Amino acid sequence: MTHFAAVVLFALFASVVFGITQRETPRKMIRYGIYCFVLFTGSAVALSWVMFFIAR
Amino acid sequence: MATAPNTTAAAKQESQQGFVYLPLIAGWLVPGAGHFLLGKWGRGALLAAAILGMFAMGLAMHGKLYASAQDILDMLGLAGDLGNGLLYLVSRVLGLGADQVQITTGDYGTRFIVVAGLLNVIAAVDAHNLRTGRKA
Repeated sequence: MTHFAAVVLFALFASVVFGITQRETPRKMIRYGIYCFVLFTGSAVALSWVMFFIAR
Repeated sequence: MATAPNTTAAAKQESQQGFVYLPLIAGWLVPGAGHFLLGKWGRGALLAAAILGMFAMGLAMHGKLYASAQDILDMLGLAGDLGNGLLYLVSRVLGLGADQVQITTGDYGTRFIVVAGLLNVIAAVDAHNLRTGRKA
């Protein structure tokens, strides 16, 4: 398993739980779940690029 | 005309009877069980799939199951693992999980197992909030 696959799986599972538990209506749950997923994966990719440039 | 609201209120009151902490405890012991008890089948199934999936992925990545606490980090890891409820106990009995991290993915797997436990606690508390009426 690649690092990115691990990140995506982690984000997926955590976002499902966050979405269901932190919002009340199904529509809001889906929107918040997608929001969390994008933040998880997006921040991981952004921080990876930061570390890439720091390491150069 | 007033019978329908009365029937609804009576049904709601009936569902509020019983041990109030049952969904919390059931949800902690078995992921999603708290929501199943409250008739929230869809939410319970999704929560169970997410938490069981994360725990299983952690084991598949040769993650470590904390058995004892030698320092503060071990204590925190053990607390997270205990959040998995019966999953943790059954896995310990069956000897699943690595004793110590030996490969790179094992470290990820250890975190997956700990986070699965923490997510399970959040799900169990959500079931409790549904039971008490704090959440719709």
